[in-house]
Amino acid sequence: MKEKVIEKILTLLAFSAISILLLITAFIFKEGFPLILKAGINDFLFSAKWAPTKGHFGILSMVISSLAVTFGSIVMGVPLALACAITLAEFCPPRLLVFLKPTIELLAGIPSVVFGFLGVILLVPLIREYLGGPGLSLLAASIILAIMILPTITSISIDAIQAVPLLYKEGALAMGATHWQAIRLVILPAARSGVVTAIILGMARAIGETMAVIMVAGNALKIPVSILDPVRTLTSTIALEMGYSAGDHRTALFAAGIILFIFIMGLNILANALMRKK
Amino acid sequence: MMHINPTLSQKIMKVLLWGLTGLTIGILFFIIFFIFFNGLPQISWTFLSSNPVDMGRSGGIWATIVSTVYLIGIALFFATPLGLGTAIFLTEYTREGLITKIIRFGTESLAGIPSIILGLFGFAIFVMAFGWGWSLLSGGLTLSTMLLPTIIRTSEESILAVPREYREVAFSLGVGKWKTITRVVLPSALPGIMTGIVLSIARSVGETAVIIFTAGSSLRFPESIFESGRTLAVHFYILAREGISMSMAYGTAAILVLLILIINISAYLLMRMFMKKFS
Amino acid sequence: MPEFDQNKIQVKELTVLYGNESSLQSISLDVPKNQITGIMGPSNSGKSTLLRILNRLSDLIPNILIRGKVYLDGEDILRSHYDVNRLRARVGMVFAKPIPLPRSIYENLTFGPKIHGLKERRRLDERVEQSLRAAILWDEVKDRLFESALNLSGGQQQRLCIARTLAMQSEVILLDEPTSGLDPISTAKIEEALRSLKKDYTIILVSNNTKQIARISDKVAFFLMGDLVEYGPPDKLFTSPADKRTEDYVSGRFG
Repeated sequence: MKEKVIEKILTLLAFSAISILLLITAFIFKEGFPLILKAGINDFLFSAKWAPTKGHFGILSMVISSLAVTFGSIVMGVPLALACAITLAEFCPPRLLVFLKPTIELLAGIPSVVFGFLGVILLVPLIREYLGGPGLSLLAASIILAIMILPTITSISIDAIQAVPLLYKEGALAMGATHWQAIRLVILPAARSGVVTAIILGMARAIGETMAVIMVAGNALKIPVSILDPVRTLTSTIALEMGYSAGDHRTALFAAGIILFIFIMGLNILANALMRKK
Repeated sequence: MMHINPTLSQKIMKVLLWGLTGLTIGILFFIIFFIFFNGLPQISWTFLSSNPVDMGRSGGIWATIVSTVYLIGIALFFATPLGLGTAIFLTEYTREGLITKIIRFGTESLAGIPSIILGLFGFAIFVMAFGWGWSLLSGGLTLSTMLLPTIIRTSEESILAVPREYREVAFSLGVGKWKTITRVVLPSALPGIMTGIVLSIARSVGETAVIIFTAGSSLRFPESIFESGRTLAVHFYILAREGISMSMAYGTAAILVLLILIINISAYLLMRMFMKKFS
Repeated sequence: MPEFDQNKIQVKELTVLYGNESSLQSISLDVPKNQITGIMGPSNSGKSTLLRILNRLSDLIPNILIRGKVYLDGEDILRSHYDVNRLRARVGMVFAKPIPLPRSIYENLTFGPKIHGLKERRRLDERVEQSLRAAILWDEVKDRLFESALNLSGGQQQRLCIARTLAMQSEVILLDEPTSGLDPISTAKIEEALRSLKKDYTIILVSNNTKQIARISDKVAFFLMGDLVEYGPPDKLFTSPADKRTEDYVSGRFG
């Protein structure tokens, strides 16, 4: 009797995460979707004119900016993350690994506001001085994000590489391949789906990051043409304008949130599907 | 095409890969060093124990420490029972099937939702719909949605690590299922579960996007959970972004990084303790 | 019914299926009170399954299908609303691998009694001493009752596990190959303990070790692929078995 009650309660608790997910979806759509209909899908998605107090709700420049910083962070972050993953999983003695892996994961623990702050203090002046432009830029945001997503990609890639059966490696080495050849020709291809999952999750993290990007990206509302241009992402717009928005302006921010939510869920579902395929 | 000797190319790659790994670890140590170098000299007992004065230009950070503690306390108060309950259900009360697939999908997806979306959600539901305004309660509840997936995952892993035989022993002594879980399984899994909670605290300490729209940023000392409050991380963000005081910003950042270091290292040690127990 | 006076447990036409695979086929056997009943047979013969049904640990196995009856003191224990926790308190189990809980020796022994409501410190102390003496472990551990049970040797751990079921004041002790991982000296100690325990308890011992079964059993059952091939006194089974398969097994021709 008592056991039955406990089981019922636990079953209920177990549905908390999925319920919250559904609640989030419902609330974001309920708040934002009417505006998309009001503004018209075309004018919302494919116009770069964002002046919500004057009835213009085009988010194109933000979408492009979000994609651009994400792409930039992947271009810079993935090689670095993979280098760390290969080194730690293949070249690193186990006793050093138990120390180095948590150290790299600690990088994920540094608050994003601290990353943003260091970006402003150290990175932005460097870019302004040596590359030109205002410094606060797509490039600065990409570099900071590259460092921020690195631990995610490294950590999942290490697991993927370690999951490759030892037999594959031994087979390659037995045929006279060097360790590096074995990694390049046998181990990495076998770990591919795990590594791709890691990169996708890194992308999801980059596109959703807010505070660090606000601090270093410059937040200019236009479609960037150079990596030295300042950009304003979907997340930055929401965070910057939420505080003072009202009426249609506020709903427009929720509508931008819907687009972000769709991107993220798409990436998550893709990552999940890839993980399952293994 | 130039042919490179495989042994040579292996040497080159090894140097390159170790170099990049060194660079990454170097970046981490540089961040910690830079913040401590500039921030630790700002820290004193008065800095910690007095309230901010003049938007934080002078005074200390006491009110923000209190707000941070409140917020994390509220978040864990809700996230721990939900997360632990989910983990117990997944490990002890069900077998892999459609239901566990749905629950796992929910947990993994929730873990992937960026904090700004959680912030929007918390704003729409707690601040507006429930009418609690910007308050520590709204912030804590929103934060708990961010912590829930971590707590579920770490608790589930720790419970699964408890040898199945312990359950059989308890059952064979006529101990009921729930008592077996509370008296045998959970005590053995405790260090692992604690690791998850400790890591959640670390994440909460550094979080800003979730909190700024739900708990607000009032600098007043919070008298109740229905008042707005400014956490350490939010305070640091505002000090730095609005250029209020560089020295205060560095001091606050040093406290943030110090806390995160201490919490992460304790989580690491707890985890090692747990692993040792079952190997 | 007088037969319950001598028979602690009666199994009637018990058939067990895992999914589609049959594990026991229409087994009937009476387990006499205050004796050691040995069960032998090669692996997958169904002997461990039988043991698990006797205290309903079989409830934990998914897709198990049980037909037939099992009586403990004349009570049907397979009834769906039977109180399994009370049953398991009466019918204790010792597993192949010694599994002390990660606590002190004392707490291992008092864990069960406490949960079943015994709170009084003095009576708990009594139980601990009695059960340790009965399991012939008292002299070795009396000075370190509050040390972790994990520090004991394998043989001591297994005797602790026996003592743990004794501390429950159970009536039946089921042992599933309790000495399979132990050295001969530890094994001898456990056999000695079992011999002295049978005056108060009904013991069922499953073992792969036919010599052990021959040494200490009062009655022996031979299982093969889910069938109870032969059941009787050890002299009969080991010297003049009725069935050719028993003869092959005890002479070491298979298994």
